[in-house]
Amino acid sequence: MEKLIAQRTISVNEEGYLTDFSQWTKEIGEEIAKEQNISMTDRHWEVIDYIHDKFQKQEPLSIRGIKKSGVINIKEFYKLFPGGPLKKATMIAGIPKPKSCI
Amino acid sequence: MSNTKVRKMMFILSKATIENVYAAFIMANGARMEGIESEIFFTFFGLEAIQKKKLEHLHVATVGNPAMHIPTMLGGLPGVEALATKMMKREMEKLDMPPVGEFLEILSDSGCRLWACKLAVDMFHLQEEDLIDEIEGILTIGDFYNRADAEGTQLLFI
Repeated sequence: MEKLIAQRTISVNEEGYLTDFSQWTKEIGEEIAKEQNISMTDRHWEVIDYIHDKFQKQEPLSIRGIKKSGVINIKEFYKLFPGGPLKKATMIAGIPKPKSCI
Repeated sequence: MSNTKVRKMMFILSKATIENVYAAFIMANGARMEGIESEIFFTFFGLEAIQKKKLEHLHVATVGNPAMHIPTMLGGLPGVEALATKMMKREMEKLDMPPVGEFLEILSDSGCRLWACKLAVDMFHLQEEDLIDEIEGILTIGDFYNRADAEGTQLLFI
């Protein structure tokens, strides 16, 4: 599927996750966040940086990992990305939705 | 928000074997991760999972559990249950599943509401200080039902 985000044609899957991370830019992240009713702040971007770091190291993301991250605690994570924080944060970060149940 | 019609998951946990406790925790946490509200009501033996002194000592049942694939008489020998529990915990750790105490912290931080059953607390002569701090209160089953106030609420007994 293709979708126009921030004046660019981007490949996404049926849930709206980018299928090619190389197409991701901060503007695209910002646009996706807006669609999720999230307005990005510096704090949000710190979390996205952490997620990108994990993605580049190919380490799986989990809520337990967030707790141990030293970047953000679980409570704040839920507050910043309400309604399914890992799902939303990974979508904004332009990486696949985590496959884990925990 | 996804297309699910489920808006709130309410669990009643009545058992303290590891497989039942984790089933409730994983489903309650999974709900929160999908943006679904979740609550757990701990009753009867489920109370073992929220007692400070007991929660890290829960076991898997080796007797009366055909899925263990060991003869029931062997399952009853001293130490077998502890060994099976140790093996299961090791496998869970490999999958990055948190221990019970840490899992309860994660649930509470994620906004899952945790309650203890009044009748069971009275029956086992427990005090509030015996229970972990993440427990928000001691409720009757009626109180718990009254919390099922949203359209799309599901109640699950474990």
